[in-house]
Amino acid sequence: MTNQWNHIQVSHEGGIVLVCLLDKHILDELTIREIGEELDQVLADAPSPHVVLDFSDVEHLSSSALGMLITLNSRLQDRDGGLCLVNVGEPIGEVFRITRLDRVLSSVSDLAEARAILLGDE
Amino acid sequence: MSDVEPWAMRWQIRGDRAACHEVIDLVQSALTNADLGDTVAFAVRLALEEALANAVRHGHIGDESRTIEVFAEISSCSVRLEVADEGTGFDPSSVPDPTADENLTIASGRGLSLIRAFMTDVKVVPPGNRIVMNYIP
Repeated sequence: MTNQWNHIQVSHEGGIVLVCLLDKHILDELTIREIGEELDQVLADAPSPHVVLDFSDVEHLSSSALGMLITLNSRLQDRDGGLCLVNVGEPIGEVFRITRLDRVLSSVSDLAEARAILLGDE
Repeated sequence: MSDVEPWAMRWQIRGDRAACHEVIDLVQSALTNADLGDTVAFAVRLALEEALANAVRHGHIGDESRTIEVFAEISSCSVRLEVADEGTGFDPSSVPDPTADENLTIASGRGLSLIRAFMTDVKVVPPGNRIVMNYIP
């Protein structure tokens, strides 16, 4: 496990890249750009294109952050991988439902369920 | 909700990150003092962040030196926000619906939609460089 980043904490668990978002507020352009750059570096080095994003600590999310997630999801799908969100609380969950991004981005309750979706594990 | 004196303030700020955050923090403090609750605080913060971001990104084409006018009025029974930029404005009906199936994977264009979803009443004042947002719990 490493934690060389300012906005994320990364671990690799059995074919999954688990990324914990450390910011409570993912709202302003600078923070979002920096998170995106850190994710770019993680994915450049990652052997797996299957990423789980942990939202446990996130309390606010802006439309720009949603854009970053859509871009990340598309890039992972281009690599035959995928993105799954875990521990998305309310009212962040409402943001995903209002924007209908719950149809594009998988959101589940825990890592086991995320692994099942991304890797097809039982 | 507690019965506190209404709070109102108007700012003329540069459209940079520090100035925007200063306003957002002051509004958040006023919301806390008004004891309107977490749901209102979330909605108002999201709306103000999105409106300021739209002012800088679209109204001022990213030019952070241009001036944004912000007004906030908070009472124990309502919140009113206004954000105006120096741009030429836009026609809100021309913004594609980000919830349409064909637009779901487009990375931008959800700010106004979120503001409308979380605030009670939203009006883009012609020519489209001023947005007025009300939240009535």
